[in-house]
Order: sequence, then C-alpha cells, then structure tokens
Amino acid sequence: MPDRSALTAYARSLGIEVEQAGDGAPILAIDFAENVEGRPGAFHGGATSGLLETAGYAALRAELDRLGREHRLKPINITVQFLSAGVEKRSYAQGRIARLGRRNANVEVEAWQDDRTRPIASAVMNVMMADPAD
Amino acid sequence: MARPALQRVVMATQGAFDPGFLSRFLLQRGHSGWLGLAYRGHGEDWVELELPWRRDLVGETGGEVLASGPIISLIDMASGMSIWNRRGEFAPVATLDLRVDYVRPARRRAAVVARAECYRLTRSAAFVRGFAHDGDPDDLVATMAGVFMTIQARMPHA
Repeated sequence: MPDRSALTAYARSLGIEVEQAGDGAPILAIDFAENVEGRPGAFHGGATSGLLETAGYAALRAELDRLGREHRLKPINITVQFLSAGVEKRSYAQGRIARLGRRNANVEVEAWQDDRTRPIASAVMNVMMADPAD
Repeated sequence: MARPALQRVVMATQGAFDPGFLSRFLLQRGHSGWLGLAYRGHGEDWVELELPWRRDLVGETGGEVLASGPIISLIDMASGMSIWNRRGEFAPVATLDLRVDYVRPARRRAAVVARAECYRLTRSAAFVRGFAHDGDPDDLVATMAGVFMTIQARMPHA
C-alpha cells in the first residue's frame, strides 16, 4: 500500500499527501499554500503538473505492485492540459493506466478540487519501465 | 503575479518588460521562489532561467537527480517570461497546454537551465518552444512545447 514514504522527496517537500490508498490507483492531495502559488490566489501550473505527475507514478506503482512486477520508472514525456484555474483549495489527483506494456506504460491523470466531474487539469504520461538493475 | 507591488514596478519602468530586472519580483515569491528559480539571460524572443539542485527536490528517495516536476515548473515560468519579454509588457497568462519530453535524466547534483522561446504571439495566444540542459546546451535534458492564453481582466477564473 503506497504511503507517504513511497512519495519522492520532491513530492513530500511540495506537500503532496496520499489521500486514499485502496485496491486501485491512490488518490493524492495537496493543500494550497504559498509554495504552490503562481498568480495570486491560484496554483502555479508547474505545481499542478507536479501533482498530476506524482499521481501518475503512484497509479503505475500500485498496478505494478499488484502484478508483482519490479521496475525502475523513467519519464519519457508528459502533456498537461490546463482546464481551469486551481484556486486556494485542496487539490486532488488520480491516475489511470491506459496501457501497460512490457517496457512502457501510458497513464492518464486528472486533477480536481471540489467537484471531481470538473477537473482543473489532466495529463497523459508515457513512462519507461526498466529493469531494477539498470 | 499581477499584484499591486509588481504593477507599480511595471509602471515605474514605463511598461517596458525587462526580464532581468523584473525577475527579482517575479521569481522571489510563490512557487518560483520556493524552487529558487534564477534569471540567466534573455534575447529578443527568449528567456533563460536556472533551477538550482537541492536535496529536497530529487525524484528518487536516496537519489541525487532533480525530479521532473520542478523541471516542468522551470519550463513553465521561463515560457511565461518569454511571452512578456516578446510582448514588451507584463500581462497575466494561463498555460493551456504544455508538453515536456524528458530526453535523459539530469546529472547527479546538477542544476538545470531552461531556455523558452516565444516564436508566435497573437492578441490572445502565445506559442512557445524550448529546451533544458544541465550545463551543455548541445546535450539536452528536455524539450518542451506550450500554448498560453492571455487572461482577460473579467474572466471568471482569472
């Protein structure tokens, strides 16, 4: 089960927490604070991207754990769509595995605030899954 | 970022956007300030910023390589500044779409430098491309492409 210690130093330092970890992809969350602020009163696009990316990796790790697979994950790319401004509220994100191959995975992620049906941003990530020894 | 203090500074410089001078105000607070982003240089249509290496920004527990998240923030901020630089004035922009390709991991304990170029600017949209490296501009860490929209004063989410 992914806990906070499973998050990267960057994710912990930014303030990302595991909101809900169950059978599937964990839901991550982050409170609004000065260190994520871009325009006054709004999340910086980079901080929102960091939340999305961290949730994408958490979803992939959870699925690989479930399958008993061990890999070193390496980012290939990420495309982020910013749908509406993230305001001064707690934000959430959860990933979904669109395709899991032998060497690479495609992960879709959404971030939202009050209303899950109105995402503030979404992302698609391609991730390389290397042997742990690499 | 359009807080009163900054607006006063912009007015004091008679509307001209000087990235080197204004970076002191744009990069000292909020997310950019937390990351410690620093101004490196600019040209007619580009701005270059640096993300210093820091232990609490690494991507793997026990590792010493900067995470990809802060590199997105670096690229996003350099993009915004390249737009204001080309426009010649500060006007809030919102990122619409941002793509980053991670060509290779940055080296251990290496700072990352990003140069963003605003190659097309319309009244409401700005198109930006750029790249990031960790010392040698011929050996890239990441490439990026983004589209940004100018925020209208009365837009609901502005």
